[in-house]
Amino acid sequence: MVRPPAGLPGLDPSWSLELEAPDADGVPRRWHVLERRPQGEPVGTMLCVHGNPTWSYLWRRVLAAAPDDWRVIAVDQLGMGYSERLGPDPTRTLAQRIEDLDRLAAALDVRGPVVAVGHDWGGMVVSGWAQRHARPLAADAVADAPADPPADDASGAGEGETADPIRVAGIVLANTAVHHDFAAGLPPALRLARHPLAWRAACVDTPAFVRGATAVSSPRPDAAVARAYAAPYGSAADRGSVGAFVADIPLEEGHPTRATLAGVAAGMSALAEFPALLLRGPKDPVFSEAHLRDLRRRLPRADVHRYETASHLVLEDAPRSAADIWAWVAQRVTPTLAPREAAAASGPPAVAAPTDGFLAGRPPVPEVAVGTAEVPWQGLLDAVAATPDELCVTEMRTGRRMSFAELETDVAAVAAGFARLGMRDGDRVALLVPPGIDLTVAVYAAWRVGAVIVVADAGLGLASTGRALRGAGPAFVVGIAQGIAACAAMRVPGARIVAGPVAPALRRTLGVTATLDELRRSETPARRIDRDDEERVAHDDGPGPLREREPDAECAVLFTSGATGPSKGVLYRTDGLRTMIGHVGGIYELEPGDRLVAAFAPFALYGPALGIGAVVPDMDVTRPGSLSAAALADAVLAAEATVVFASPAALRNVVRTASDLTDEQRTALGRVRAVMSAGAPVPVSLLRAVREVMPAAVPHTPYGMTETLPVSDITLEEIEASRDDGGPAGGVCVGVPLPGVDVRIAPLPADPDDPDGALTDEPGVTGEIVVRAAHVKDRYDQLWATQHETSPAPSVHRTGDVGHLDGRGRLWVEGRRVHVLHTAAGPVTPVGLEQAAGTLPGVASATVVGVGPRGAQQVVVVLVLEPDHARVARRLPGLARHAPRLAPPSLAARVREAAPAGLDVAAVLLAPRVPVDIRHESKVDRTAVAAWATRVLAGQRVGAP
Amino acid sequence: MRVLVTGASGMLGGAVARLLADRGDEVTVLQRRSSSLPVREVLGDVADPDAVHRAVAGQDGIVHLAAKVNVVGPWADYERVNVGGTRHVVEAATAQGVGRLVYVSSPSVAHAGSSISGEGAGPADPERARGPYSRSKAIGERIALAADGPTRDGVDLAVVAVRPHLVWGPGDTQLVGRIVGRARAGRLPIIGSGAPLIDTTYVDNAADALVEALDRAPLARGEAYVVTDGTPRPVGEVLDAWARAGGATGPSRRVPSGLARAAGSLVDAGIGVALRLGHDVETDPPITRFLAEQLSTAHWFDQRRTRAALDWAPRVGRDEGLRRLAASYAADTPDARERGHRA
Repeated sequence: MVRPPAGLPGLDPSWSLELEAPDADGVPRRWHVLERRPQGEPVGTMLCVHGNPTWSYLWRRVLAAAPDDWRVIAVDQLGMGYSERLGPDPTRTLAQRIEDLDRLAAALDVRGPVVAVGHDWGGMVVSGWAQRHARPLAADAVADAPADPPADDASGAGEGETADPIRVAGIVLANTAVHHDFAAGLPPALRLARHPLAWRAACVDTPAFVRGATAVSSPRPDAAVARAYAAPYGSAADRGSVGAFVADIPLEEGHPTRATLAGVAAGMSALAEFPALLLRGPKDPVFSEAHLRDLRRRLPRADVHRYETASHLVLEDAPRSAADIWAWVAQRVTPTLAPREAAAASGPPAVAAPTDGFLAGRPPVPEVAVGTAEVPWQGLLDAVAATPDELCVTEMRTGRRMSFAELETDVAAVAAGFARLGMRDGDRVALLVPPGIDLTVAVYAAWRVGAVIVVADAGLGLASTGRALRGAGPAFVVGIAQGIAACAAMRVPGARIVAGPVAPALRRTLGVTATLDELRRSETPARRIDRDDEERVAHDDGPGPLREREPDAECAVLFTSGATGPSKGVLYRTDGLRTMIGHVGGIYELEPGDRLVAAFAPFALYGPALGIGAVVPDMDVTRPGSLSAAALADAVLAAEATVVFASPAALRNVVRTASDLTDEQRTALGRVRAVMSAGAPVPVSLLRAVREVMPAAVPHTPYGMTETLPVSDITLEEIEASRDDGGPAGGVCVGVPLPGVDVRIAPLPADPDDPDGALTDEPGVTGEIVVRAAHVKDRYDQLWATQHETSPAPSVHRTGDVGHLDGRGRLWVEGRRVHVLHTAAGPVTPVGLEQAAGTLPGVASATVVGVGPRGAQQVVVVLVLEPDHARVARRLPGLARHAPRLAPPSLAARVREAAPAGLDVAAVLLAPRVPVDIRHESKVDRTAVAAWATRVLAGQRVGAP
Repeated sequence: MRVLVTGASGMLGGAVARLLADRGDEVTVLQRRSSSLPVREVLGDVADPDAVHRAVAGQDGIVHLAAKVNVVGPWADYERVNVGGTRHVVEAATAQGVGRLVYVSSPSVAHAGSSISGEGAGPADPERARGPYSRSKAIGERIALAADGPTRDGVDLAVVAVRPHLVWGPGDTQLVGRIVGRARAGRLPIIGSGAPLIDTTYVDNAADALVEALDRAPLARGEAYVVTDGTPRPVGEVLDAWARAGGATGPSRRVPSGLARAAGSLVDAGIGVALRLGHDVETDPPITRFLAEQLSTAHWFDQRRTRAALDWAPRVGRDEGLRRLAASYAADTPDARERGHRA
């Protein structure tokens, strides 16, 4: 076996290169590498090293996506892939492999800036190699000053004899580690393979280990790709080094590779100031979050990107990773290269820049009502001083109440307790506590010690919450007993602190460090908390009163709902959070003396920050629809509330149960002056019904997303006045952007593969909504590529929503960008047609999707009929009876008449229902509907969508 | 321009000949029976090389439509007309220095029986094409496109293949006539759900596209283009609309698609046996496997490349086309209907 067989998916045979180079011991060896190189001198070289039991095939997409001016080399390590086999004793240590790579690089005449890339065991090899060639960046700048072509080594008399032609320019590591606590054992997935009695059978005598590499892949690669990975390892003789790699895991004290690995780990400090990118497939059964955290500690400036659905073979599981690596190189590495090297290496900007400075500088922080002083919780400090005995938080379920003064006492005690447990600036604290007193205390206590709160909505579901929290890597978890128990099941790291009661037996099982009540009573002794393998000594001196924080200190990681893909962690700094809370106060004109009913989880926290008392009604917070009108009225009564924050699902149930209200409750609700509903699109009909229940309340609905909230706000009255102003595209009017919030539109291109048009605020132009505001997220947490795509400049966020501005500066949302149809006539946003078709008599809802390839899609309307009409439709003669999924011709004709001019509707289908997201029970899963319509219209037999 | 239109007795050929004549081109038509078009006529069979050479003499361009278009019948007939006829046209064009040739083909030359949802024009593939018509047209298209380029005598022949899909309109006996006839007899079935999206082409739009292809042959040469109206509809809706335009009610029976395909296979086999026994199968059977596939799978196309290359867009909208079809049926006499049935 000298070369890969022909026909391996994605592998260009012309990349294969064979050469001879000495190995670590000077023995000449035959190597196989994949290589792409430019015509002239490369701008830089990317050197990729695979792990075990893969081969250079792993990097094929990186080669395919390489810019024309970069050289890319993906090696097959000795004994692996199509490089020479090492004979009957293939034992090879990490030290030898690092030296092997160095000699191969010399033979390949690698020179100039190098980005070192490694996966799995290849990450350790390439890290060790890169450390040898890491010179301080400043020194490089001097060395490279004469930007002439490099002198030939042989004739380099004038140069220093030791001049290293290679200099590291960056490092990319994917699912690897440089340190493992061997005392803690091996990951289960490796345990059998490394077992002295089993490893030969698993790794060499049978292809079990080789096949296992792709078997753990997620999603499972297709059979041809799995075969390609196994292709070089057909016989036991071919697999000698697969076993040798496993045997080189230094499980035993005194294993020679222990010292090498420790050296590589320690040597990472030499790479700490270079651009670094850490890629992670979180489903990896071998390399854990602890391994990634260890790498991040060693490379504190590293960018991180997590591919939520990917496993160990992250480059295989997340095909986009190849393009992301190159985008990262262009962003982080290219600017550090000498100008000659950087020329022509930068790609086009993601957004065409307007000339008005939208993408330059920081947006101003607006003056908005209360709470916008130095810290986000200034209002709380003011209330503690001014109205200490006023109610701060009231829990209707338990009857617990707490004044501002009591809250302050609690927060101080718990913060001191946190500090004694070792919590410190920048630590992440996951909160699994339902809204109420304990959550409020935990949040403000965590902030007081400088920690970063991590909040994932319980509505995400266990698996997603687990992945989110595991990835966020909290040092502490504060939760009710069920939450802490779930953390154990979800393998969330961090010391456990229980809020509320916990049985002693359960407490031991869960390894609980302390309870919130113990911290309140200052009963917790100072102790050491072990985090991963890092030890720290706790300090006993509690923090003072809520102190000022640096405006750019990290404050919170809030997880997105996951309604539009895997949930993403959104990181806020103090300033952003301050502006966000200030806007909430501003829109609803909250003032001391107001009280709010907090039935909408994210906003429940903001009351105390604004110095406004909050009451949590008796409801199941994970099911917003469980709020009854009576429970809401009781909460209003108990706290004399003036403002209600609730999700649409909660308000829907309030309207449904309004007939149960007593006269007293009815009167209480009549005193509410504002009601805010957020979290999902709010139908006008619901807002009108809410006004029936709370006649004095102005119904508001804000527009925004976890990454920027709020962007705008609109009242029912304004919505009613805006009717029919949406223009041909239609949409939902969400109001004028708030003060300090700048909205632009990135016009959708006629051809979906073309870049967006230049940002504009011209009325009537439909495109992606781009927001610039002081309270835009700082960044996505450990999602470098996503951040890069969505943030063309600091404080600017591409929302992923599409819409347009009207002549009066109001913003109209036309749906999600991923749901835009790309027809031959150009892009079509679904919402205008949905509104037109959805209001036809007998139609309960209309969903507009595209079928066919992007750029040539056909418009399809999927109707759900009102129950009576659905029964009639089933009895209709002709088509409807025979083909229940096709709308009767008369109905199809009415839909086409209602469609905006020039929009050709290819088909009108009937469905018994359309899938909606569980969390909000209102966002239609258009992707699923489109897939269903595609199958129906291709003539396949399908059930309901 | 002097233009030869072969197969002008058909609906599309006639429309092309009229369109060219109306704008002032010198049109010659070649077909077996008189077309009653007000243009120069050469009567003859494209399978007869002499007739073809006579008709091609002195032309600047050719639009070659003549073909055997049924869905059943012995392979030899298809080969003689669709392969042999095309070869004669290409040879005559090359020999006589004609500058442009538009070969009228079919999207079915590039596809097996699976659904087509928004694809472009793949290469003609006789191996995969289903049925003798598609196979013979695929071979013909290859012959035509292979002739693109300079000829021995230094004349440059520009060849364009155009594949209109499901052409319909007033006077159509092949497709709409049969469907209306079946619907009137209460024998028009919907196969499966009736939902598969299919593209169709109104006859005037197809004629426009062929004339554009002739005009733009020097730019669009050497390639095949699928031509449709670009407004696909569920097949049930298409059949319903045609039946109603013809004064009949919509489809009245539903046949599960699997059963229809199986029945189609049996009919295919039965025809094969009949042909082998020397019977002449004249009338179309109720359903063939090819037809069952056509009516139970999606067939619609990405038109962007076609429209850019031919600088063409459909002039007659779907609703207007249906109005014109209905008007033609309303004006139709029983005699005319008889003629339609015989054709």
